[in-house]
Amino acid sequence: MKVLVAMSGGVDSSVAAAELIDQGHEVVGVTMRLWGGESDTGCCSVSDVDDARRVAQQLGIDHLVFNFSEDFDKHVVAPYVQAHVDGITPNPCIECNRHLKFDRLSERARILGFDAVATGHHAQITRDQDSTYRLTRGHDELKDQSYVVYMLDQAELAFTMFPVGHLTKAQVRDRAVALGLRTATKPDSQDVCFISRTGGRETFLGHRIEFRKASVVTTDGVQAGAVDALELVTIGQRKGLGLPGGGPKKYVVDVDMPNARVVIGDEDQLLRTGLVVTNVMWAEIEPIIGVTVLVQCSAHGAALPAVVQSLNPLVLKFEVAQRRIAPGQSVVCYDPTNSFVLGGGIADAINPINN
Amino acid sequence: MTVDAPISQSIDKNNLSNFVYLDHAASTPMRAEAIAAMAPYMSGMYANPSGSHRFARIARKAIDEARDEVADVIGCKAGEVIFTSGGTEGDNATIFGAARRKGGIAVCSAAEHHAVLHCVENLNGRIIGVDATGVIDVNALEQALQDSQIAGRVNVVSVMAVNNEVGSISPLRQVAKIVRANAPGAVLHTDAVQATCWQDLREISKLVDVMSLSAHKFGGPKGMGVTMQRIGLEIDPLIVGGGQERDRRSGTHNVGGIMATAAALRETDSTRDVEIARVTKLRDALVDAVIAGLDDVLETVGRDKRVPGIAHLCIAGCESEAILFLLDEAMICASAASACASGAMEPSHVLSAMGIDPKYTMGALRMSLGHTTTERDIDRASTALIAAVHQLRRNKTMSKTTHNTTNKVSASK
Repeated sequence: MKVLVAMSGGVDSSVAAAELIDQGHEVVGVTMRLWGGESDTGCCSVSDVDDARRVAQQLGIDHLVFNFSEDFDKHVVAPYVQAHVDGITPNPCIECNRHLKFDRLSERARILGFDAVATGHHAQITRDQDSTYRLTRGHDELKDQSYVVYMLDQAELAFTMFPVGHLTKAQVRDRAVALGLRTATKPDSQDVCFISRTGGRETFLGHRIEFRKASVVTTDGVQAGAVDALELVTIGQRKGLGLPGGGPKKYVVDVDMPNARVVIGDEDQLLRTGLVVTNVMWAEIEPIIGVTVLVQCSAHGAALPAVVQSLNPLVLKFEVAQRRIAPGQSVVCYDPTNSFVLGGGIADAINPINN
Repeated sequence: MTVDAPISQSIDKNNLSNFVYLDHAASTPMRAEAIAAMAPYMSGMYANPSGSHRFARIARKAIDEARDEVADVIGCKAGEVIFTSGGTEGDNATIFGAARRKGGIAVCSAAEHHAVLHCVENLNGRIIGVDATGVIDVNALEQALQDSQIAGRVNVVSVMAVNNEVGSISPLRQVAKIVRANAPGAVLHTDAVQATCWQDLREISKLVDVMSLSAHKFGGPKGMGVTMQRIGLEIDPLIVGGGQERDRRSGTHNVGGIMATAAALRETDSTRDVEIARVTKLRDALVDAVIAGLDDVLETVGRDKRVPGIAHLCIAGCESEAILFLLDEAMICASAASACASGAMEPSHVLSAMGIDPKYTMGALRMSLGHTTTERDIDRASTALIAAVHQLRRNKTMSKTTHNTTNKVSASK
């Protein structure tokens, strides 16, 4: 097959390219230029592009750079900023996968005559008895990234390959060392790629939006503190609320954007059993109402059992009450054996208390 | 879904002679005369021409003669020729050098090469709009120079002779008239990098105070340039040190590079008329073939308004990066806009300044011809381009259909 492998300049996608070559595919590497502003790796992330290109040279494959920075601004950066204005939690990495890697890039690959797009994600694509594609967790439990690619439908799964999904991270690094790849010991990327470590989220947003001061009140409406930037407050947050020291631990239980108020409460006031999910897409078919699924609400969070109560909108009821999921977070449902993705969506702002 | 056999299937990509090189505006092959001229100075005659011994005097004589030759082709005095590292240095040294000497306002057109544009932006200068062919709007230039906010303070005006992307020829005569009348104290600079192969430099140099050239665009080596700078201008040197080039550009002379530059420039000048006729024919044949084979293709600038070497097309329904990939697979070397440090294609500031419909600019393609271009190159390029665009347009339609079907299926579940 003719495969276009997305090479970020990291070790996983470097080894993904090597795996594809071993499997006998005709492989072309591509690095997407997404962010033109400042970052920790320099303007246009030139050093990452350099790494990807040098790895491609070592492996003897062609390497291209596609400039998708306009799409990135539109589908990732602008929504990231707007989410803060709206008081919801953004998922830039997931939106990048949804709009850039598995839409813009795969579309480009199709048009150019490629048979598949590959990435270095730790996830696996398997087939069940009736040939349906299943997005399966990566072999390395600690590095599994199926959560961040949950949006892949059957058509995209059929066109996608995850060549390192069956390896552990240690095996990936061993492979890179054995091949002498310059990316073998490169650390994993952790943070949002367009926010520099020196400036941070506050500086980035401060250049783009006007922060609003807000009062911090208890659930009974009693004034307790103040914050300078309402837009930076997240549900579950404990620090930076201008609260006096001592006393029981208080958490942000709600962010009231229209009235510029942050509501704090005790930990038990943060707990919910119900969760409403919108923009849901299922990998194959909708689950049956009443069935128990395993629900994961962050990239490396535990998947916890919840019953599907309704489908439109999707309402989930956890067996054990959980800390409230911040609106905007991606919610991904796995099968009861916790091995493959059933589907997922976005946590809604409506969060019924213990329904 | 993608039924096409790659255009490239039968081509041996390891065989360099299979390349069809249509990127001469990026760099044109060195001329044999240039390589021959530089060779002796890369081996036997290696002395630093600034030395005081007999061996140094050999190198000194060589660059003195090269300077005479360059001055003759440019139409200036030998003392007005400065050897540089290239066009970018010439542009930077002039604009920053003028600002350093006397402050003031720098002015340029919106379609300048980044080597000029970024200097002027860096100095918070004034950028003048361009017309639909990509050349400076002379009325806007005149108004700007008369604008009370900057009138009398403009220190340098930089207007390219020929645009590097679309190939349009600037009205330098009019520009000069306006600048002399409205900003008599300003240095008038032209980046003539893309003009050298196609225009008599004597006609350009007589209009301006400073003119920058790049050797590898006319068959000389990379890393060499020539700047013609009139005597007595208020421009400080950008690079200081040993005081070479009459204190205007320090650094040990690149003797071999200078010899090659002079030889290439001489050859370019003496073959120019013949080449203009030959390349115009090839360029027109290329564009005619592509337009005959494809719908919805825009010839970006009229043929009478641009130099022979550039065929710039805007192809609707395709993206430049995709076209370039398929051409690359067929071993056709072309270009879209300018590439940034990462190698990614940047959206063209020239096309957006020209006000072209984005439906067309997203499919911008520059094929640039030069002294080695043959009829066979043109045939292969037009065939490959037509096939590539057909594939892209067909697959785009199919891909859309598939996606819509998928959406419908998931919505109906």
